[in-house]
Amino acid sequence: MAVDYIYPDYEIVRNYDRCITCRVCERQCANEAHRYLEDENKMICDDAKCVNCHRCVSLCPTKALKIVKTDHCFKDNANWSGKTIKEIYKQAGSGGVLLSSMGTPENYPVYFDKILLNASQVTNPPIDPLREPMETKVFLGSKSQTVRRDANGRLITDMPPHISLSMPIMFSAMSYGSISYNAHESLARAAEKLGILYNTGEGGLHEDFYKYGASTIVQVASGRFGVHVDYLNSGAAVEIKMGQGAKPGIGGHLPGKKIVGDISKTRMIPEGSDAISPAPHHDIYSIEDLRQLVFSLKEATGYKKPVIVKIAAVHNVSAIASGIARSGADIIAIDGFRGGTGAAPTRIRDNVGIPIELALASVDQRLRNEGIRDQVSIVVGGSIRSSADIVKAVALGADCVYIGTSALLALGCHLCRSCQTGKCNWGIATQREDLVKRLNPNVGYERLVNLVSAWQHEIKEMMGGMGINSIESLKGNRLMLRGVGLNEKELEILGIRHAGE
Amino acid sequence: MKLSAFELGYQALNEKVRASEDDIEIDQCYGERFIGAGAQDKTITVNGTPGNALGCYLNGAAIVVNGNAQDAVGDTMNDGKIIVYGNAGDALGYAMRGGKIFVKGNSGYRTGIHMKEYEDTRPTIVVGGSVGSFLGEYLAGGLIVVLGLGTDGFPAGNFTGTGMHGGEIFIRTAIEPKSLPKQVSMSLADESDMAHLQDTLQEYSGLFGVSMDEILSKPFYRLTPNATNPYKQLYTEN
Repeated sequence: MAVDYIYPDYEIVRNYDRCITCRVCERQCANEAHRYLEDENKMICDDAKCVNCHRCVSLCPTKALKIVKTDHCFKDNANWSGKTIKEIYKQAGSGGVLLSSMGTPENYPVYFDKILLNASQVTNPPIDPLREPMETKVFLGSKSQTVRRDANGRLITDMPPHISLSMPIMFSAMSYGSISYNAHESLARAAEKLGILYNTGEGGLHEDFYKYGASTIVQVASGRFGVHVDYLNSGAAVEIKMGQGAKPGIGGHLPGKKIVGDISKTRMIPEGSDAISPAPHHDIYSIEDLRQLVFSLKEATGYKKPVIVKIAAVHNVSAIASGIARSGADIIAIDGFRGGTGAAPTRIRDNVGIPIELALASVDQRLRNEGIRDQVSIVVGGSIRSSADIVKAVALGADCVYIGTSALLALGCHLCRSCQTGKCNWGIATQREDLVKRLNPNVGYERLVNLVSAWQHEIKEMMGGMGINSIESLKGNRLMLRGVGLNEKELEILGIRHAGE
Repeated sequence: MKLSAFELGYQALNEKVRASEDDIEIDQCYGERFIGAGAQDKTITVNGTPGNALGCYLNGAAIVVNGNAQDAVGDTMNDGKIIVYGNAGDALGYAMRGGKIFVKGNSGYRTGIHMKEYEDTRPTIVVGGSVGSFLGEYLAGGLIVVLGLGTDGFPAGNFTGTGMHGGEIFIRTAIEPKSLPKQVSMSLADESDMAHLQDTLQEYSGLFGVSMDEILSKPFYRLTPNATNPYKQLYTEN
């Protein structure tokens, strides 16, 4: 029975006229796809081991390598695709749950790509960000509902705690364990330099990174790994993770083989022990229970830190967000179903949740209708790919966005979607020392700063084009958006008009 | 310092508890929540009934309750001690990592779930009476002891130790535990197990005035996980 043999999806093509058998490809590939034949002085490769991460392609000094999609195929079948057939073989052979990583690659509509931005012409002139001041600073947290004055008529300014950001961007939660020490260091330093925040994820905070506390969001998830009172007080905000866009409704599971050395120390669990984050927090079964966790965190941090509640975008997201706003949370983070992950069951990743654009529009509208929009800030994530996505998200009602995959791409990720193997050749989603050191945090941090600074400039240009000089004036300003190729219902949910209207 | 919780509200009460450098005794406590959240170094005595999440994130302080406690006592507790001279509610010691909780009477559902241990910190929960269902669910480390004093029935509910992958649970009972989940191994505690429990049982005995003879008058069953990586075979890479 050889049905388990699956022809590789990608083939390594080597131009032997160019290959100088320097063996760089062999040394660089943690998957051991390349091999040197001593007798023949020749490099050969095993396509089956290749994950198409481009590490060898990028480092080949003579550009002798490329990776191509195989033209080997099953008989055409619109219903039973080759991918579907192969997945059945894998499960029939192993009995396992299919495990994937990063955001879903499936062809679902991307609403950001069907929304266009406005620009000023003639009347209300555009603004040139190179010569005019443009404000991208945002404050996240609960806004005061009324203007209060003391006996002398002076404003009372004792606001609830806020996060101040130089622009509406934060790095989303990626735990130490799912990504490497050097990746975390790059994110932390970039956040500090940029005046934004990064997020520890649920794996605790490495002792070396406490010094970046003012640029850190510390996360509390159902497993409560690495959570203690000093950790809670070290960050600028505390995030309760209720759900994640890539895997709504299920928990996390870092296998014991990845709980080694510093990971074990930071998560505060023994080496080799599975780190299981149950699907629910077993002390939260209602909004009232959530309120209890929100306030227990506020009590433990002396009411000095805003509390974020992060949920996955699911069908009833607006009702859930309304509950969260009433739970005492200062910020709601919503993660769309295209969001990335270090590992998630394929079926969950590709079939559960809803697009962030629709979730955001409906949550913002619902909170406005209920008159509680100012009680909370909204942060959205789940595949924010460019500054244009950010401008559209802000115009749909977001206060800020979380970027994860884009940040990893800046660090060198080639989106091969093999994080779950722990053999990331780019030193990001791995704990193998020889691989981790390939990511130089000095370079990584600079690349993140470059990306986000460039986006900030682009945001200013798009705002300027619309004649808007402050990001606050763009927030929820849906008149700046028009849909293309969307049906009535989609436009209604997004709260925007069709182009030409 | 002695203070009354009467009509203070939990925020004001906890502010006073946080601000005090001395030990504190709280009178007239009627359900104020989060008492002792993250407290490091004092003894807080509560006369009355503290509200939910008593001693959450506790980090070394001691809390004594002269009365019953409600839900989520010692949530994510890191170090210290909580002693309840009465019963406790649901989710006692959730995700607790260190320190000790002693409850004289019963505790509710989900006692000690997702407790874990790390290096020299090993959390301990001792419940004198019975516990509800889901005892020690997802247990990753630490010690839970259920004494079943005052009952002839089995002193725990259903689904004990579901998803357990570390730690140990001792149940004092004449009735052999039945229908345990497949992740759990069970044995009658032997001499070395009992020797290892000795200090913990003595501490309970000393605190609540129950004689060691009575505590040792029934056998103890020891539950441990039968795999440290129960989910290893679950996945196939795609």
